[in-house]
Amino acid sequence: MITIAGAGLAGLSAALTCAEHGAECVLLSVQPSERAQSVLAEGGMNAALNTMGEDDAPCFHYEDTMKGGVFLADPNAVKGLTDAAPDIIRRLWSLGVPFQMKGDDLLLRPFGGQKKRRTAYAFSSTGKAVMNALIDEVRKYEAAGLIHRYSSMEILEPLTEEQDASGTEAWSIPYTAENHNPGKRRILKGLLARDTRSGELVRFTGPLILCTGGMNALFSGMTTGSASNTGDLTAAFFEQGVQLGNLEMLQYHPTTAAICGKRLLVSEAARGEGGRLFIKKKDGSGDWYFMEEKYPELKNLMPRDVVSREMFLAVHDPACEDQVYLDMRGLKKETWEGKLKDLREEVIHYLKLDPAEDPVPVSPGIHFFMGGILVDEHHRSSMPFLWAAGECACQYHGANRLGGNSMLAAVYGGHIACEDALKYLDDEASDAREKQISEQDGKNSFSPNELHAWTRVRPVFEKKLTEILAEGLGIYRDENTLMHALERLEKLGSAAETHPERRRAMVGRAMLLSALERKESRGAHSRTDFPERNDDIYCRTTVSEYKEGRVEVCFRDIPALR
Amino acid sequence: MGRVPKSTILNRRKSRRETGPSEKAEPVRIDILRRKSTDDAPYWQSFLYTPESSSDTVAMALTGINSQENLRDVDGNPAEEIRWEKSCLQKKCGACAMVICGRPMLACDAFLSELKQPVRLEPLRKFPVVADLMVDRSVMFRNLKDMSAWLQQNAEPSEKKNLPAHEASRCIQCGCCLEVCPNFMPDSSFFGMAAMVPSARILTFSKTGKGEFQEEYRRHIYEGCGKSLACRNICPAGIDIEGLLVRSNAAAVWHRRAAKK
Repeated sequence: MITIAGAGLAGLSAALTCAEHGAECVLLSVQPSERAQSVLAEGGMNAALNTMGEDDAPCFHYEDTMKGGVFLADPNAVKGLTDAAPDIIRRLWSLGVPFQMKGDDLLLRPFGGQKKRRTAYAFSSTGKAVMNALIDEVRKYEAAGLIHRYSSMEILEPLTEEQDASGTEAWSIPYTAENHNPGKRRILKGLLARDTRSGELVRFTGPLILCTGGMNALFSGMTTGSASNTGDLTAAFFEQGVQLGNLEMLQYHPTTAAICGKRLLVSEAARGEGGRLFIKKKDGSGDWYFMEEKYPELKNLMPRDVVSREMFLAVHDPACEDQVYLDMRGLKKETWEGKLKDLREEVIHYLKLDPAEDPVPVSPGIHFFMGGILVDEHHRSSMPFLWAAGECACQYHGANRLGGNSMLAAVYGGHIACEDALKYLDDEASDAREKQISEQDGKNSFSPNELHAWTRVRPVFEKKLTEILAEGLGIYRDENTLMHALERLEKLGSAAETHPERRRAMVGRAMLLSALERKESRGAHSRTDFPERNDDIYCRTTVSEYKEGRVEVCFRDIPALR
Repeated sequence: MGRVPKSTILNRRKSRRETGPSEKAEPVRIDILRRKSTDDAPYWQSFLYTPESSSDTVAMALTGINSQENLRDVDGNPAEEIRWEKSCLQKKCGACAMVICGRPMLACDAFLSELKQPVRLEPLRKFPVVADLMVDRSVMFRNLKDMSAWLQQNAEPSEKKNLPAHEASRCIQCGCCLEVCPNFMPDSSFFGMAAMVPSARILTFSKTGKGEFQEEYRRHIYEGCGKSLACRNICPAGIDIEGLLVRSNAAAVWHRRAAKK
């Protein structure tokens, strides 16, 4: 039986695929799907549905996605994604996602980095609406006994085993540590989890699809994501030798604002529907709509990396004040009521100002991890029988993700991963239902205190790590700050007390090293000391691997388009 | 690139205009009804929390209290970390629902400056307590499964149907409406508004007339609701529960489409 860890959009999509094949799966999460980060997604989902009379086609969606990611994504995977997108949206529509309509067909909104309107949406709560429909559909298969859902499982440890490597040659991602121990390879066996309600320890075996989201805990309080998506499982697998890709590629979303304990996203839809960015000049000469002046074609809808950089430069321009504003005063009443109702309510609630009347002060905040578990186009990781999909995976988005592509990639990626994993189900594995740890294996439950000592991350550690990584991995990076951050991290890492502390420091190190080694500027990665893009050396995937007690970073060629 | 300043650290210069003035406020006393585990007896424990800004929420306070090394209560006694559920921190996921000063609310939506002090925190009372402020709300999901809450056939969307469907899809399954409901109990056959709201989307996209789901709806929602309207104005998502209820009753019980609201 396949185990799916994480019940957000990617996890639900994988479970649904599995059930539609008539196969059983286990769907694990620490909280129910309603609490998943996917419900926060706002703007919409891209697909070349061509309902707006703009002669759109999947090839243009492909081009925009590749170009937005500055050619760091796997072109075959992106082609699969963009070709499948129209059918995915229509399927979701038939499941009752209330996408906004124009007559009998879907209405699409303009989004950053795309010249045609191709973003289907439900006000600015698209993620919530899509999740809701998928939750209901998955429920049908839960009742039918195909999807075994466990919604209070805290995943503690990956279970892996070093085995004879024969039979895994077809596993397409090269496994470099093989040289270290010829003929042997670390293989996934399952997961150890703990029921947060009963305290009971449970083991889940068989092929595993990870859908556990981004690495927000590395930038605690600095991201727009959910506190539950820590990235600790990604880090645990990294320690077991699973390769991570493009870790230096962090998306700073241009329009976020600090609220209690996190950053609040003001959706890109605000700019899609006519919102404009400006900064005040110090000499009183008025408001400078810098994006419109600098980019006359796409204006405020340039890709996110470009907008965030321009905002950074504007607030550091001696002629300007130090705050950028999002101006939505010009939006029509119908737009507020029909398209951005919820966005307005949220801004009023948390920022205490009405965007229809006052400009909203905004600044870039970390919104998405383009990097993560390195997967091939079938979503296989470098470890046999481990797949990854959704934000925890490194796929589709290259050096910068386009708005409207993350939910699409989560749905498609979960589906593809499951299709592939189903091929690896043998009869033996399908008997491997979850088992409790037996007495001779040791304990079968942990008290909260015992667990605490094992899984706790001290707030002071988390804060320090965030400070260090934020220093090294801002919108602009350079060798000096990266080296300084690495030195500080070395010290912090040696003071780690628990598993997650040690592993977070390890992934943090891999992130900093990735940024250090990529001596060029591309997408979300801007080096002041290497301001140019260098395709000859760096149009390649950054690969991080933990082997023989060290974090190593190298670059690997990206497959050519078939 | 010459314009890039030496300091490449984002967020170092927090604009005052963005975060607002951050005058240090007076400490707030937070009283929490605690319980080590399901089987242990509950007890009250108080903590002091000094807000970082005037817009601090209960969620901020709980995070702040838990982040203290060697946590101590208001009397200086050592205390264990407070267990509570959180996820999005922007009232979109329902995780942090609890009873705050007698009213079920989301901790991320309860601003300290707007609450009576001392701030009293209790777990939701309609569900078994796991520990402290964490409860087991699995009955809500089981109920939806029991009443077969899913589409029987493909939806045929229209602009008109999309509005109620969208409203219904905003339910965050937090349980606040069940907390105040005089008719809902975890073991009762009445499933409450937390099941009605998702049902409204399904009924919107179902054929008019008698059907299995309509029958489930009648049994588990229509027949149990005493129309006390206690849940009015409780929903943290601000869902128009009454509007959806009228509409769903019309479709499921009277087999007709509700007149346009």
